[in-house]
Amino acid sequence: MAAENLAEQAGRVAEKAGELAAAAHALAEQAANTVTAVVTGAPAPEATPGPFWYLFTIFVLAIFVGYYVVWRVTPALHSPLMAVTNAISSVIIVGALIAAGPAHFSASQVMGFLAVILASVNIFGGFIVTQRMLSMFKKKK
Amino acid sequence: MHAESLTMLAYIIAGVCFIMALKGLSSPESSRQGNIFGIAGMTIAILTTLASPVVVNYLWIVIGIAIGGTAGAIIAKKIKMTALPQLVAAFHSLVGLAAVFVATAAYLSPESYGIGTAGHIHTGSLVEMSLGLAVGAVTFSGSIIAFGKLQGLISGKPVTFPMQHMLNLLLGILLVVLIIAFAATESSAAFFLLMALAFALGFLLIIPIGGADMPVVISMLNSYSGWAACGIGFTLANSLLIITGALVGASGAILSYIMCKGMNRSFFNVILGGFGADAAAASGPDLGDKTVKSGSADDAAFIMKNASKVIIVPGYGMAVAQAQHALREMADTLKKEGVDVSYAIHPVAGRMPGHMNVLLAEANVPYDEVFELEEINHEFSTADVVYVIGANDVTNPSAKNDPSSPIYGMPILEVDRAKTVLFVKRSMASGYAGVENPLFYADNTMMLFGDAKKMTEQIVQSL
Repeated sequence: MAAENLAEQAGRVAEKAGELAAAAHALAEQAANTVTAVVTGAPAPEATPGPFWYLFTIFVLAIFVGYYVVWRVTPALHSPLMAVTNAISSVIIVGALIAAGPAHFSASQVMGFLAVILASVNIFGGFIVTQRMLSMFKKKK
Repeated sequence: MHAESLTMLAYIIAGVCFIMALKGLSSPESSRQGNIFGIAGMTIAILTTLASPVVVNYLWIVIGIAIGGTAGAIIAKKIKMTALPQLVAAFHSLVGLAAVFVATAAYLSPESYGIGTAGHIHTGSLVEMSLGLAVGAVTFSGSIIAFGKLQGLISGKPVTFPMQHMLNLLLGILLVVLIIAFAATESSAAFFLLMALAFALGFLLIIPIGGADMPVVISMLNSYSGWAACGIGFTLANSLLIITGALVGASGAILSYIMCKGMNRSFFNVILGGFGADAAAASGPDLGDKTVKSGSADDAAFIMKNASKVIIVPGYGMAVAQAQHALREMADTLKKEGVDVSYAIHPVAGRMPGHMNVLLAEANVPYDEVFELEEINHEFSTADVVYVIGANDVTNPSAKNDPSSPIYGMPILEVDRAKTVLFVKRSMASGYAGVENPLFYADNTMMLFGDAKKMTEQIVQSL
């Protein structure tokens, strides 16, 4: 990668870090407010940004982690990369389990049950096919 | 510790496991361990969720996992490596559909997820839910089309019709309007209309894209399936879903970028589709009545046996002809004769990123004999023989020296620099881009007309 590219990227990361720091500050403030609210027994005011900003922070940071980790993946393993990301994106099963889990029958339980099946196909299929591929990559004897 | 904190802790551990799974792929040695991390992360995520107090009815869950898991395991064990691209496309569609189901479940029973009560779901959750729903639905129908094209169930040719892009744009705008309307009213009509339109959009987005652009499409759908998981993650306020979705989304986006760069085309150029549809119009440079030198398997065997350095350039045609095993046999025989053999792989060879590498690995080609474009391009000038099997456009010198060529600027494997080029091909037909390859007429090229597998087997015999 060219030097100016790197410099540019570093600049962008610094910028992002600044933004994150601001977000973290806002979160800290919000957390302090919430604690106060809990201590005084008053309900948290509806108008505060709520957990969204906390989740959004995780989201942005995770994209950065993904960006740097994936660029380091060797091109020879791009097919297994795709298969394994496919398997892990089926972590959506977490949402499906919650839908399928209640004691009383409902339409959303049917949705949950179907989603559990689909996600399970992916989880088992994705990890097994990845393992199959990876076991083929061997060095020169 | 508080149960909720324990859940959070378990989720973050699972998230770290997933990051480790991707990190492991930086080299083949660490990759298998990486996959174990991935499996561990998934196990932790599932067990943690099962332990949560809202999940009490295990019977259907166990049945669901048993059905899905068995089906998935059987498919993954049986699938041929040449069919990998369509398998991945099919798997993407399942993630998309699962996202649609979970969004619907959250809409019908918001209490289970703590996002309000039916009719009084928080506005923020409604927006997140509709985004997850829309992206999931687009992923589902788009992947179904991609699967159909790769499997040959529908024509791999780009399907275009007038006003196509206007229609897509209109649908896109309509989706945004519906999301706003849904967030404002929580009406079920808006919810299901949104679902239907998103299904239609996914279908229309992929249908104009041609077969050889599938590496970009699959990467893009990979990315979408990640963003769909993110949307659901925000809806359920679940940090693990958000982390994983973002990882997958970023991964797919990077792969799409690499594939587009490998073709020197912008992402939008690929997405808008229609490439290669008007093949006749782009005939490339006028080559006049130049003659083609063609040879037999015996000629090829003779030339290669007397070479000291041979580079093999495999393409999608090798996969179609299932020639990878014969190819490795040929390389083994040559190596016994003291010939230095290596493989050169173009980023967009095959129908998904890294497809050729997997096929060669399956045929027991050691991965340290297989090189990427940047690693090996300078080696061609010192090679005695280049054996091009099932590749075409990625070797076309027009991409370098003919500014009027539709593929001008695309990075190519500079095979024309080698002393002799052996080009295995069934006919003189042009490649996917519809561009004639001047390499066929070059003085140092010998065409080997025939099926890639049969030709390679014949060469092995005469060696």
